[in-house]
Amino acid sequence: MQEKKNKSWLSFLLEVIVLVALFTLVQYALTVGLINQSYQINLVTMCINIILAVSLNLINGFTGQLSLGHAGFMAVGAYVSVILTNFMEMPFIIGILGGCIAAGIAGFIIGVPTLRLKGDYLAIATLAFGEIIRVVLQNIDYVNGPAGIVGITKLTSWPWLYWTAIITILVIVNLMNSSYGRAIISIREDEVASELMGINTTKYKVLAFIIGAMFAGLAGVMYAHYFYIIKPDTFSFLRSFDMVVMVVLGGLGSTTGAVIAAIFITFLTFGLQKYAAMRMVIYSLILIIVMIYRPQGLMGSKELSRKTFSRIWSGKK
Amino acid sequence: MLEFSQQIVNGLSLGAIYALIALGYTMVYGIIKLINFAHGDVMMVGAYVGFFSITMLGTNIVVAMLAAMLLCALLGVLIEKVAYRPLRNSTRIAALITAIGVSLFLEYITVVVLGPAQRVFPQSAFPIKAYNLAGLTILNKQIFVFVSAVLLMLILQYIIKRTKTGKAMRAVSLDMEAAVLMGISVDKTISVTFAIGSALAAAAGVMIGVYYQTINPLMGIIPGLKAFVAAVLGGIGLIPGAMVGGFVMGLLETMVSGYGSSLYRDAVAFGVLIIILLIRPTGLFGKNTGEKV
Amino acid sequence: MIIKRNKMLALLLAMMLMMSIVAGCGGQAEEEQPAADTATIPVGINVELSGAVASYGSNARDGAVLAIEEINAAGGVLGQQLEALERDCKSTADEALSVSAALAGENIVAQIGPLTSGNVAGSTPIMMENKIPLIAPAATAANVTVDEKTGETREYIFRVCFIDPFQGTLMAQFAADNLQAKTAAIYADTSSDYGKGLAEYFKETFTEKGGTIVAEEGFVSGDRDFNATLTKIRGTNPDFIYVPGYYQEVAPLIKQARELGITAPMGGGDGWDSPDMVSVAGGDALNSTYFTNHYSSQDTDPKVVAFVEAFKSKYNKEPDAFAALGYDCVQLLVQAIKDANSAEPVKITEALASITDFEGVTGKMTIDEQHNPVKAGVIIEFKDGVQTVNTRIQP
Repeated sequence: MQEKKNKSWLSFLLEVIVLVALFTLVQYALTVGLINQSYQINLVTMCINIILAVSLNLINGFTGQLSLGHAGFMAVGAYVSVILTNFMEMPFIIGILGGCIAAGIAGFIIGVPTLRLKGDYLAIATLAFGEIIRVVLQNIDYVNGPAGIVGITKLTSWPWLYWTAIITILVIVNLMNSSYGRAIISIREDEVASELMGINTTKYKVLAFIIGAMFAGLAGVMYAHYFYIIKPDTFSFLRSFDMVVMVVLGGLGSTTGAVIAAIFITFLTFGLQKYAAMRMVIYSLILIIVMIYRPQGLMGSKELSRKTFSRIWSGKK
Repeated sequence: MLEFSQQIVNGLSLGAIYALIALGYTMVYGIIKLINFAHGDVMMVGAYVGFFSITMLGTNIVVAMLAAMLLCALLGVLIEKVAYRPLRNSTRIAALITAIGVSLFLEYITVVVLGPAQRVFPQSAFPIKAYNLAGLTILNKQIFVFVSAVLLMLILQYIIKRTKTGKAMRAVSLDMEAAVLMGISVDKTISVTFAIGSALAAAAGVMIGVYYQTINPLMGIIPGLKAFVAAVLGGIGLIPGAMVGGFVMGLLETMVSGYGSSLYRDAVAFGVLIIILLIRPTGLFGKNTGEKV
Repeated sequence: MIIKRNKMLALLLAMMLMMSIVAGCGGQAEEEQPAADTATIPVGINVELSGAVASYGSNARDGAVLAIEEINAAGGVLGQQLEALERDCKSTADEALSVSAALAGENIVAQIGPLTSGNVAGSTPIMMENKIPLIAPAATAANVTVDEKTGETREYIFRVCFIDPFQGTLMAQFAADNLQAKTAAIYADTSSDYGKGLAEYFKETFTEKGGTIVAEEGFVSGDRDFNATLTKIRGTNPDFIYVPGYYQEVAPLIKQARELGITAPMGGGDGWDSPDMVSVAGGDALNSTYFTNHYSSQDTDPKVVAFVEAFKSKYNKEPDAFAALGYDCVQLLVQAIKDANSAEPVKITEALASITDFEGVTGKMTIDEQHNPVKAGVIIEFKDGVQTVNTRIQP
């Protein structure tokens, strides 16, 4: 027993060391100037995409509720945080918290009524809500309507991005390993059965929705404070589609898959920049081919964890 | 009152187009439970076929429409064979992503081949006449769109209710496995469904060309989305639902622009959708079947 | 089990490999280009080739590429050939930033584009950081070249188009003075800052001149059905209807207005300038419509005639305003390179800031302190489908 405890402590320590080492490595490369500007931006997009994909995976993958309105929550987070940091001149951390909370509240308001719907009806309702958020933002003069807010102070930096992405992953991984997570998965597998087992399915669905929305808001905050400008069109349903693509490509219900797909899509988009008008044709073909040959996504519903590595390690021995 | 009647006329023509596109969505959904996001883009291809048929071959509008319907029917069958059939037994969301992929592919291959700029439907193909009925302006193109849409819907209704193919479609939609046991070729039936749905979309595409005169590679996105909303509004998978949903959507948008603010038009359309879904979660005409355990 | 895991790992590795290849492409090209061709001057063309405003972007690209080819055929600049690096910014601000950064890595001397004010704003920080000039063909919002918070001019950002206040004010004066309009309706493209900006300044000037705005409506980019709102506007019976927007929407809008029996004169801005106006709306519907513009494609000025001809023979289509502006961006850049006698970005920037009386296709322009072109405006009237100059206004 004691030995086991020691071992888990040891692997926890190892995990922390790996995370910190990775962070320091990139931070060092950044300060020394090893990473050029172009790759810096990709690093930023990558982290934002990871937060988005992992959080949407909680809703679409683990809970099994198809949401097509994730960009709407991202918009709420982005706008609220910019109002806090730029219009009211509050510190960044207040902007982050405010953006997340506002997106969470939006998630609650949208989730409670719509999560009664099932399957495609839910999908279209969330898509509709996402679009409503965009149209409403277009009509608010306080945030400059369709032209959006220009000249947002750049506050997002590598440490913020890295640690918020890590926190997103950790929160969702731990949530899924808790009793909450098991309840959430039971809803995906069989909603009626889990209800019969005494699980309050509505509660867990709304909970997953709110958490997902909060992290989408977080991604919005990070986005707004890096890219200098936000406008309602930035958060159209096409961006929601991009996120769903990442989640499905990675494998529904696999956090590892979501992370890998987010990295993959980021670099794919970047790599295709040179092909000008052909880029979207190539992108769409890759999408179709991957889906036909691997409809369960790159990872299926499997995860990579330290257990996997140790198993491979011992297996080889 | 006059203004109101005018808005009704405006709304009905817009609604007819939405209804035609919505029909294709609903038929495909009814049979393989797939939200075919590429449907709006098939409509775009139809519009281009019509355009080239008129400008390069010099055909009249009816021939152009038939040509567009025929070619898009083939395109629909091809899309289903290549992109959706391999995924029939995997998750629906995987098929959905493929549909998004097909949609992007059709849009951008058109951009690459034909350029992103809009094309103008020649006016000579359909000279506009305005009729004045006691102050009410009705255009011949509005009559054309409305009449041909209703005609196509009647033909569709006939095919589904009275022919063997229609019976097969209904059977597959109701229970695919049982249909197979009954000796119905599911593959063939699904192909036919895609062919008919795509042909209707192509007709709508040519109508948009006539009605609004300009077409471009990205023209399918917004009407596609609106038509999808219309299909859900009426109860997705139900053919009368899609027709009514299309007209409701057209009238609603027109009324919001006419009497409210055009800026909130899309928000109101989506808002009404959400309210209807919350009150009647299966749309206006959908039957609420409890989940089988 | 172990085999399965290994398979997964293999898949992962394969993916990483693929990624690095994709990413590596970028890296390799960066190193190769200067080595292979030291004698070229790389010019970044960062425009919208996909997404919502793809048609504006590709038209401006066509204009810019034509200019570059003409210059190269005539021997280049400073004995060097220009090299166009075309990139797509997907009509989003974040992609515009990413593309600019990639272009900066390829040592471009200047960037042409993007088209919309929002996407230019997106790419601005990178241009400022790298001290590379950006010439915007069509970004009309006032804050593109000037930081509103500090009031300072953005050192590396230039444009060749009018800014919103100029056109809105001009049309309001024209409507009130020349057309004797007392009431006006505004039906603007509210999805763009361009449409909104023009509408705002039109309203301001028109009411100052004692006119009344009887209706304020909006449409969004991509709309094709305007009947409902037009029917509403018809009820207010205005003397003049101001429709600031782009021709894609404006042409069917005017046509539908005339079909509904609205005969009031209508006006707009340079977004109306396209041959499609006539082919969509028709000559009859366009009678008594006016728009503010830099130039007229029907102009008999030899420079304009030559441009229109060259464009037509290369692309087999008529140039619109975006194409002309894209063309002028390159010509302005070349002028600056010649003036500076150097292809160093910082020196080009200095030369750009002090350009005077540059003869472009879209008119003679002088870059002012806020990096806006001071150029003459014309009010163009459609007469049976032909653009005719109604009034010329010198700056």
